[in-house]
Amino acid sequence: MAFRDALKAAALSLVFLVFLLGLWHVATLPKEKASAAEDEYAKLMGKGAAKSDGFPTPAQLGATILNHLREPFYDRGANDKGIGIQLGYSLARVAAGYLAAMLVAIPLGFLIGMSPLLYRALNPFIQVLKPISPLAWMPIALYTIKDSSVSGVFVIFICSIWPMLINTAYGVGAVRRDWLAVAKTLEVRPFRKAFQVILPAAAPTILTGMRISIGIAWLVIVAAEMLVGGTGIGYFVWNEWNNLNLTNVIFAILVIGVVGMLLDFMFARLQRLVTYVE
Amino acid sequence: MSFLQVQGLKKVFPGAGGKADAVVFDDVHFGIERGEFVCIIGHSGCGKTTILNVLAGLEQPTSGLAIMDNREIAGPSLDRGVVFQGHALMPWFSVMRNIAFAVRSRWPEWHADKVRSHSQTFIDMVGLTGAEHKKPAELSGGMKQRVGIARAFAIQPKMLLLDEPFGALDALTRGTIQDELVKIVQATHQTVFMITHDVDEAILLADKILLMSNGPHAVIAEIVQNTMPRSRARHTMHHDPQYYRIRNHLVDFLVERSRLYQRGHLRDAYDPKHPPVVTPGLEPEPPPTDLAPAKRAAQVVNLRH
Repeated sequence: MAFRDALKAAALSLVFLVFLLGLWHVATLPKEKASAAEDEYAKLMGKGAAKSDGFPTPAQLGATILNHLREPFYDRGANDKGIGIQLGYSLARVAAGYLAAMLVAIPLGFLIGMSPLLYRALNPFIQVLKPISPLAWMPIALYTIKDSSVSGVFVIFICSIWPMLINTAYGVGAVRRDWLAVAKTLEVRPFRKAFQVILPAAAPTILTGMRISIGIAWLVIVAAEMLVGGTGIGYFVWNEWNNLNLTNVIFAILVIGVVGMLLDFMFARLQRLVTYVE
Repeated sequence: MSFLQVQGLKKVFPGAGGKADAVVFDDVHFGIERGEFVCIIGHSGCGKTTILNVLAGLEQPTSGLAIMDNREIAGPSLDRGVVFQGHALMPWFSVMRNIAFAVRSRWPEWHADKVRSHSQTFIDMVGLTGAEHKKPAELSGGMKQRVGIARAFAIQPKMLLLDEPFGALDALTRGTIQDELVKIVQATHQTVFMITHDVDEAILLADKILLMSNGPHAVIAEIVQNTMPRSRARHTMHHDPQYYRIRNHLVDFLVERSRLYQRGHLRDAYDPKHPPVVTPGLEPEPPPTDLAPAKRAAQVVNLRH
């Protein structure tokens, strides 16, 4: 039954896809009568008359996708690298910033969650810092760090840290009193209590924070790379926009979406691993 | 001196928002002998759980102290095993690991094999053989509570504290586990302090039943000796004429007399250090003292007029 439902949903998804592609195709059909001035302009720009309108057609996009996938890792200088290499740069930055945020947020969240005093003392800072757009940190990062690539990593760090910190603190603070009482009556030492009682108890909440963080980090890296430039999928988008190559821009958007989905999927799996039923 | 001695225990909860402080219980004294099974009965709010938590070392009394084995109880200890009301199993551990967690806490120097075999003994003891690798969520309420009991017994504590362990179970399951608990306790000569709301459960399990008056200002009103032989069993117990005498005494206390202490009646002759010990059925029925002192007092007043 569930399988049949899944099949129905997949079929419907396919219908939507075909419909959207059809709509796109019709909307980008070459116009019947292009004006003479536009023809002149097109010739001047060195483009064929077939390309009447700027917006790419689905067929063009398909060809571009095939092209990129055929050779994802080529490197022909600073402004012409394969999509795989650009993605690699972005993912490496996200990984570095995200791991650094984890190393700070989870232990700190543990402390805050254990100590109501510390929680109250740090809460105003968290509340003020949390809503700041990560990109607003960019000038300060560039000024102090001076390296644009590291500044990108810093921006990822600063945007990933809050959901992880808050969720860890909340998860640790909300561990059921019963379990702590059990640990107490068994005279469990603090280290063992932290790793065998509190951490597993808070793990689902912590992982929820981590999942939110990775989502935000992936959103932010594109914007950050557009600003700092050089490498990465964000820079690729910006570069192709400057080349007025919308086909490549659309292709990059698709890639960003798919990678974001895969990252989220990965964390959803992790989340399922640590979730327990009470 | 008793194995466990509670002296002058008092608990005050500070009043919130300008309200007066709430004295839950005051001047509570009692003792438990080694190997004795003691139940405490009383209405909600009389502070039974607080007393148990003080014995467990999880809560501090406002004044007074508890001494076990000649040492003051100052905090939680592996010498006292606790079975919690809501079983309190770690849901991310299997049955085996829940118990092994406790065993490893008690004997950190043991090898994994020894921890496992020791844990297995206690899993078998509560009849959960075959369920070792199940998670608590896969178990019924009764099975979960069995794991809780096995965990408490597995650390072989000097005293076992049970906070209404069967309160959430259906009658059938409760009966079965009670029978098992009787067997285990008789085999291990475990000293037990248990909270219950169930009069029959107290008669079945306890050697001594502490009756607590209603809070605030609750006291141990009476100590009832169980006058039935220790070999009693749940399914034959009600044939013993003693059973009804004890039961009536307990029920009478809960519905009637538990309220009177709070109002100050019966307080004159009452010595909190030595609450009256009663043996229902083996002594002449006490005169209906319930309202007697108050009435007598009223008569005295009338005579003076």
